[in-house]
Amino acid sequence: MTDAPQKKPQPAGGRAGMRKELPEHFKAYRHVWVFIEYEHGAIHPVSLELLGEGRKLADKLGVELAGLLVGGDREELLAAAGECWEHGADLTYLIADPILEHYRNQPYTKALTDLVNTFKPEILLLGATTLGRDLAGSVATTLATGLTADCTELAIDDERSLAATRPTFGGSLLCTIHTLNFRPQMATVRPRVMAMPQREAGRTGRVVEHPLDMREEDIVTKVLRFIADRDSNEVQLAYADIVVAGGLGLRSAENFQLVKDLARVLGAEYGGSRPLVQKGWITSDRQIGQTGKTIRPKLYIAAGISGAIQHRVGVEGADMILAINTDPNAPILDFAHLAIVADALEVLPALTRAFSRRLSVNRLAG
Amino acid sequence: MHIVVCIKQVPDSAQIRVHPVTNTIMRQGVPTIINPYDLFALEEALRLRDRLGGEVTVLTMGPPMAEDSLRKALTFGADRAVLLTDRFFAGSDTLATSYALSSAIKKIGETWGPVGIVFAGKQTIDGDTAQVGPGIATRMGFNQLTYVAAICDVDTEKGIVEVERRAEGGVQVLQTKLPVLITMLEGSNEMRRGSLTSALRAANAEITTWNAEAAGVPDVQSCGLRGSPTVVKRVFAPTPRAERAEEIGKPGMSFEELADAAMDEIFARHPTVEADLREFAAGQQEEWR
Ligand SMILES: Cc1cc2nc3c(=O)[nH]c(=O)nc-3n(C[C@H](O)[C@H](O)[C@H](O)COP(=O)(O)OP(=O)(O)OC[C@H]3O[C@@H](n4cnc5c(N)ncnc54)[C@H](O)[C@@H]3O)c2cc1C
Ligand SMILES: Cc1cc2nc3c(=O)[nH]c(=O)nc-3n(C[C@H](O)[C@H](O)[C@H](O)COP(=O)(O)OP(=O)(O)OC[C@H]3O[C@@H](n4cnc5c(N)ncnc54)[C@H](O)[C@@H]3O)c2cc1C
Repeated sequence: MTDAPQKKPQPAGGRAGMRKELPEHFKAYRHVWVFIEYEHGAIHPVSLELLGEGRKLADKLGVELAGLLVGGDREELLAAAGECWEHGADLTYLIADPILEHYRNQPYTKALTDLVNTFKPEILLLGATTLGRDLAGSVATTLATGLTADCTELAIDDERSLAATRPTFGGSLLCTIHTLNFRPQMATVRPRVMAMPQREAGRTGRVVEHPLDMREEDIVTKVLRFIADRDSNEVQLAYADIVVAGGLGLRSAENFQLVKDLARVLGAEYGGSRPLVQKGWITSDRQIGQTGKTIRPKLYIAAGISGAIQHRVGVEGADMILAINTDPNAPILDFAHLAIVADALEVLPALTRAFSRRLSVNRLAG
Repeated sequence: MHIVVCIKQVPDSAQIRVHPVTNTIMRQGVPTIINPYDLFALEEALRLRDRLGGEVTVLTMGPPMAEDSLRKALTFGADRAVLLTDRFFAGSDTLATSYALSSAIKKIGETWGPVGIVFAGKQTIDGDTAQVGPGIATRMGFNQLTYVAAICDVDTEKGIVEVERRAEGGVQVLQTKLPVLITMLEGSNEMRRGSLTSALRAANAEITTWNAEAAGVPDVQSCGLRGSPTVVKRVFAPTPRAERAEEIGKPGMSFEELADAAMDEIFARHPTVEADLREFAAGQQEEWR
């Protein structure tokens, strides 16, 4: 009942917002904003990717691009503001308050909604990380505006509206969603879906500071501890330059070692298709695809993976895809660049040998 | 304690097909299931009830046939099921969905006792937005705990909850006060098998069915299509890539020759992979010294 996309809008008594009739009080909303996820002393790369995308939208609209920085340490945030400018922001809104040291939903929601209500942006973008997804839903609900999740494409239509495109039903279809009559128009984008913009060293901008106006006593939730992941392949897999992955074609957990061996020689991260997670051959943080990680490596080697649409949407951003598959008609050959049609159990060790041979021979020679 | 679990009935997406000409989703005959992520929420709720006492009410908003999912949840051991169904709810986006659900949760609290915890799944497999949980928490003014991997402690006396929450780069241990909304991470527990007695009870159980009015929804204009700020303008198929993969190797090549040919092709086509690998290999050699 809630899956509206395939239904035609009813002309009478149907959806009020199908036509653009922006209420008067929203017309003053201007500029494109990106929430900058700043934690543990660093900006999450997805925020910089969004600045790159936000820059294009702002240019199309002829408006400014702003980054929103909230956190506990003012000096650190000011340094991060510089990074935002170098990645395309014209200005940064900044709220520094010890209360914001660690992410908590309540004060972060207040910080963002206060900024929106004060400075009135037309578009607000967030990364679809665990933090971004926790925050975006609260902010959109508080502001009673539309939020489109996990977009893969953002554009501006002829009516100055944000056209946010996202995959549906596991990537087999795409749908374009608009928030016509409410502001800001909000969207989230997963890490690595958009390209990282070129850094422009020395590019500067303005800072606008704003108070949080909250006391620690007002906040119910306390962070007791933070246990950092020992080996955080969360980020490593998504941002690896080379990824080697295996699928059901490898036939057993033991054979998956062949993927790890090749990955080690290449200094690559390894991952796999979803069934391998379900079988317990790999952990879920190594799943690649629609419901796992999106990757954008220079080289992606997929062994014994058929290339189902849910897998495909997670790897299409790769510069080069090499598929190893016994079936010349496997769907992965429709989007891979190179293919070896042969048994992965033979090809993987051969590749491991070939690469280590080549890299070490030349090392001795050179 | 009274716990509400929100579950959504979704098409078994493994069996969804898209009509090749009209690009519409062919739902006819596609079986429906409880959104798999919601089972972790349900199991966690049942465990808390078994430990602390109280009741578990399952709630879904959907067409009348969503009753199937509620009955299934009763089989697993839920105490009560509420179906929220009305043509006013049709076409809801996440803002309108959380509005209807939070109205119903208030009514559930008024009818069967105050609600201490609302559980939801991490996300659904069809809409897949992960926005409804935070929406409910915000509307109800409940403290919000998403991506919870483990519930460490619930002290009903003091009204305190302590959880481990998956965050970027680690786990946050959070303490907050009841009432809370919790979305459970997948894999945090394993769904129990329903007992025979629950199955028998579920088959005959009466499912409370509410329309907007019965659920005490204050404003039907905030429901369904009318209450949804997002508008789906276009649904289309992704454009296929023009060329297929180039096959490496000739018949009769050995695996070693194939591997060498593949490596040459990668190095020839990509501007930096070879240089990156040489740098990496040199670094490795440094480490060995
Ligand atoms: C809602 C939903 C979300 C999903 N999300 C994801 C996701 O995020 N990621 C994901 O990967 N999947 C996802 N899936 C599952 C997806 O639909 C496929 O089922 C899955 O990707 C298939 O995995 P596979 O390619 O490893 O296995 P298979 O499809 O079984 O393919 C195995 C391949 O190996 C080949 N092969 C067999 N033997 C050999 C050999 N000796 N050498 C070389 N090749 C061989 C076969 O020709 C075949 O092409 C999702 C599904 C649903 C419904
Ligand atoms: C292809 C597609 C794309 C969509 N994109 C968007 C979008 O970008 N933005 C937007 O606002 N809406 C979108 N919608 C509408 C959205 O799917 C519906 O509003 C839906 O009712 C709830 O969203 P969800 O399925 O994403 O749930 P999620 O937010 O992913 O669900 C989280 C949890 O909330 C609970 N829950 C969700 N729905 C119900 C329910 N009906 N009954 C009981 N509990 C429930 C469950 O516990 C669930 O695990 C989209 C719908 C479709 C079909």
